[in-house]
Amino acid sequence: MVALTSIQEQKIWDILETVCDPEVPVLSILDLGIVRNVILKSNEVEIVITPTYSGCPAMDMIAMNIRFALAEQGYPRVKITSVLAPAWSSDWMTTAGKEKLKLYGIAAPDKKFEIPADGVECPQCNSTHTKLVSEFGSTACKALYQCQECSEPFDYFKCH
Amino acid sequence: MQDFNPSENLKHLGKSEISAVSPPGIGKAAYTLHLADTTLLLAQRNAAWCAHGPILEQDIAITNISLDLIGQARNFYQYAATLINNEAETPQGKLMDEDRLAFERTEREFKNLLLVELPNGDWAQTITRQFLFSQYQFLLFEKLQASNDEQLAAIAAKSIKETKYHLRWSSEWILRLGDGTQESRERMLQALTELWPFTGEMFVNAAYEVAAAAAGSGVDSSLLQQEWLQNVAQLLEEATLAVPQNIFMQSGGKQGIHTEHLGYILSDMQYLQRTYPNSQW
Repeated sequence: MVALTSIQEQKIWDILETVCDPEVPVLSILDLGIVRNVILKSNEVEIVITPTYSGCPAMDMIAMNIRFALAEQGYPRVKITSVLAPAWSSDWMTTAGKEKLKLYGIAAPDKKFEIPADGVECPQCNSTHTKLVSEFGSTACKALYQCQECSEPFDYFKCH
Repeated sequence: MQDFNPSENLKHLGKSEISAVSPPGIGKAAYTLHLADTTLLLAQRNAAWCAHGPILEQDIAITNISLDLIGQARNFYQYAATLINNEAETPQGKLMDEDRLAFERTEREFKNLLLVELPNGDWAQTITRQFLFSQYQFLLFEKLQASNDEQLAAIAAKSIKETKYHLRWSSEWILRLGDGTQESRERMLQALTELWPFTGEMFVNAAYEVAAAAAGSGVDSSLLQQEWLQNVAQLLEEATLAVPQNIFMQSGGKQGIHTEHLGYILSDMQYLQRTYPNSQW
């Protein structure tokens, strides 16, 4: 029974891996670290998620996409719980997630730049000769930069 | 201003004059609503800059801040609704929720700080308000993180990460404009004169703050004043500005007694729900 439960749970984690962040579609919700727990119950599956930022408008869509993905794979009864504590941190982003971000053209969170400043590595040409344009970017989680070498503007996924 | 107790006052009113969603006066729900209302009103004010910011990046910055504040307000409202639903029999058997609290209450029921309901003014006034408020919110959330109420502590711990951005961003603007051109400096002085009378209220506890602080779930606001003033004075000095002296302080917002500006912003914000009740996005 224990073995069966853990196989089932692994299957659910595998399904969740296919659900993407609608604003950064290259990242799965597992890469982002927002799935906190999967709880198997006799008649339903509970998925515990946490928002990246308080006002993240993607959370409703993410919850809906989780429901769709699980329903398609034979789990129609899903309860989604949103928790605030402990508060999400960009430290929870997976290494694979950070690599995917870079390939997508977004600089990954970098501990050297807890506070955004000039010098975040350009995801296009790897130069650190870059300039912070604004601490606030196209979404709450990103800051806006421009590379002074290749001139490419790019987003930096902030440490949070 | 005498201390106004809404629940006490409502006893003298006819029942029809009491709104169906009137929240209790001094409970934890009232305290949570005060936090929610203040955050929502500032979010609504800042959102009016959308497409009107001085440059694109700053337009995005102020609306990002607005979005953070809406998220924080939603968390507080959702929790307040839970508390109200648990506290008493619900009016008309209808459960309270975040939308009803935001869109169905009247001016006298809103417990927000007066500071956040004031019009945006120019960019100097908007960023000065943001700075004065973020400095206060930072100190408040720092303490609220240690609340014995798990949900209030969780919302504070989550929100303070965002408040740090708001504080840093608005501080940079204070320096840039205060120590900028003659024009920008004059506008900053004007903004400070305009806003300062509304800062004293932040540190005068309402009855629900006293109760929440005594219960360990809320923060005694008066304890934040010294550090707030010190931090604000330091930055203003760096920006070649100064703390206005001998200013009469306004109050009343926490008790539901507001400036004339609140009615207008609420009628704008609540228009859709009041005209088409229960309509969904």
